Amino acid sequence: MSVEILNVSKSFGDTHAVQDVSLTIEQGEIFALLGGSGCGKTTLLRMLAGFESPDSGDVRINGESILALPPFHRHVNMMFQSYALFPHMTVEKNIAFGPAQDGLSKQEIAERVDEVLELVQMERYRKRKPAQLSGGQQQRIALARSLAKKPSLLLLDEPMAALDKKLRMRMQLELVSIVEQVGVTCIIVTHDQEEAMTMSNRIAIMDAGRIRQVGTPQEIYEYPNSRMTAEFVGSINLLPATVTACAESTTLQLKDAASTVVCRDTRAREGEAYLVAIRPEKVALSTEDEAAGPNCLRGVIDDIAYLGSHSVVHVRLENGKIMQAHMSNVSRDARTQIDFEQPVTLSWEPESVLLISEDD
Amino acid sequence: MSFLRRRIWVILPPYLWLLIFFALPFAFILKISLAETAVAMPPYGDIWSWTSGKFEWLGSLDNFRFLLDDEIYVLSYLNSLKLAAISTLIALLIGYPMALAIARMPESIRSFMLLLVILPSWTSFLIRIYAWIGLLKNNGLINHLLMSIGVIDEPIVMLHTNFAIYVGIVYGYLPFMILPIYANLVKLDLRLIEAAQDLGARPARVFFSITLPLSLSGIFAGCFLVFIPSVGEFIIPDLLGGPDTLMIGKTLWQEFFTNRDWPVASAIAVVMLAILMVPIYIYRRIELKRLGIEG
Ligand SMILES: Nc1ncnc2c1ncn2[C@@H]1O[C@H](COP(=O)(O)OP(=O)(O)O)[C@@H](O)[C@H]1O
Ligand SMILES: [Mg+2]
Repeated sequence: MSVEILNVSKSFGDTHAVQDVSLTIEQGEIFALLGGSGCGKTTLLRMLAGFESPDSGDVRINGESILALPPFHRHVNMMFQSYALFPHMTVEKNIAFGPAQDGLSKQEIAERVDEVLELVQMERYRKRKPAQLSGGQQQRIALARSLAKKPSLLLLDEPMAALDKKLRMRMQLELVSIVEQVGVTCIIVTHDQEEAMTMSNRIAIMDAGRIRQVGTPQEIYEYPNSRMTAEFVGSINLLPATVTACAESTTLQLKDAASTVVCRDTRAREGEAYLVAIRPEKVALSTEDEAAGPNCLRGVIDDIAYLGSHSVVHVRLENGKIMQAHMSNVSRDARTQIDFEQPVTLSWEPESVLLISEDD
Repeated sequence: MSFLRRRIWVILPPYLWLLIFFALPFAFILKISLAETAVAMPPYGDIWSWTSGKFEWLGSLDNFRFLLDDEIYVLSYLNSLKLAAISTLIALLIGYPMALAIARMPESIRSFMLLLVILPSWTSFLIRIYAWIGLLKNNGLINHLLMSIGVIDEPIVMLHTNFAIYVGIVYGYLPFMILPIYANLVKLDLRLIEAAQDLGARPARVFFSITLPLSLSGIFAGCFLVFIPSVGEFIIPDLLGGPDTLMIGKTLWQEFFTNRDWPVASAIAVVMLAILMVPIYIYRRIELKRLGIEG
């Protein structure tokens, strides 16, 4: 049951909400649409559910276009951002609503209801009204309701937005385990990169209505293809540089710093300008005054954010720019070994460097 | 204690208004209904006397007994309830779709549409009902139009029939049906409708399973706002109804002004109020039950 989104565009007046989006989602995959607020995630989801029709492009499930089908004829179910549980119906009736539209017998409907209630472990609450449930419980019922029709495609719009942080982490894992148990193909919309990375097999980064990159969480994190994705997922150091030599490794001269950078990226040509991108956890911090060489920068400590498992250290380089490095708090007194304004040396491996084109 | 005393000043005004504008006039009517007719000014006797330190009760329930004796009163009540109930139903069937349509319009034109709904009320009710005579009478606009396009050969008798009363009540009270239903529907979360569609419900199913049940409180409010004043309506049966139209408002008017029997007229009013307490009580029970479940 693969889902193909082919060159789909949608505008509201002169707002280009979704522009030329193409994606293929495999059977059983949990796919995340990740992007900032207003980038068109909900609009794309609503087109899959049938509440908006694209201006152009096609949406196919198992090779067949579903665009001509009204929402009530699509084998697609959606869990709404604020759950949209029917306030005048009990939990049971809410869940039975979908199967009842398919003309199933009372017996079959009751079985479906029992089945999904068990799946979300909410059997005890079947007689309650939505207002008598907590946020987390409402979410489970909303999930159960959207699974009760055994859809080909499950859409989740910001599923965790209404939950507090602690509950969110637990529900992320639980939701994934339920969805995997059912085996339904699933698209999750979120603006939270951690949520996307925790829950999904693949992520599409959206920005201003366009897909910027598609890949596994690891691919997205380790090999961002643009400045936008690099900065959107996690934090990253970006240093402007110009290629000075290309052999089996590439050498670059940093702009406004004397040092050079060596990396394994061999696409670059001499004279081209790039951004040297290095994740902070791949930068080693040393208090010893090491010999200057490639992939090495000196600076003084500007700020230290102690986060328990590690500290984020902001180092002010000689050119005034700030570079981030993570310091693992392996020993209990690791934090006390460094101090503000202390001179340090930052270094990294050539394998850790990624080159990102300047222009975007 | 001082807190309680201060609270009194907050609670007091509404109760004071209720006392002045509702309880006192009602007590007055109640008093007259217990008195006897008298050739005097005002035309009724005392219900008690206080002579030489001796209290004597003179009131009686004779006027109420009289209402039961003459079947014209019972028939007036029943007929009023029937006409009001049917008018309310018609007003609901017309008003609900209108309210729904306005609630689903773009926000920018909703208030304009609401303005159109209440615009007629800026003219006197009496004049607007009077205008219907010109529309409904045998040589009136409607008959004239129908004959000129050849739908009918003879005028349809509409004026001075129950039909005209229905037209009048529905026309006059329609805004009271539309406004509460609109206020309810405009708050309805459209995502619930989408969720129902998403789960496979066709538009009609969505309406009967989601929209209608969730707007019940608006429907109740609208129905009672139309039903209650319609029961006691006087102008409409007087202007548009026939000579044999029995409606309690008209009967009351006749007792009061034609017969100058204030005590019987007051008794009619008291009984009418008592009858109307029943739907008001039911409405409150329904509302409380609904709030109890959803709140
Ligand atoms: N029904 C609509 N009418 C007009 N503009 C809309 C409508 N729905 C969405 N938009 C606009 O389209 C853009 C994308 O919105 P949306 O898909 O909701 O973003 P996201 O879910 O990523 O936050 C926004 O600029 C939003 O204002
Ligand atoms: Mg959204």
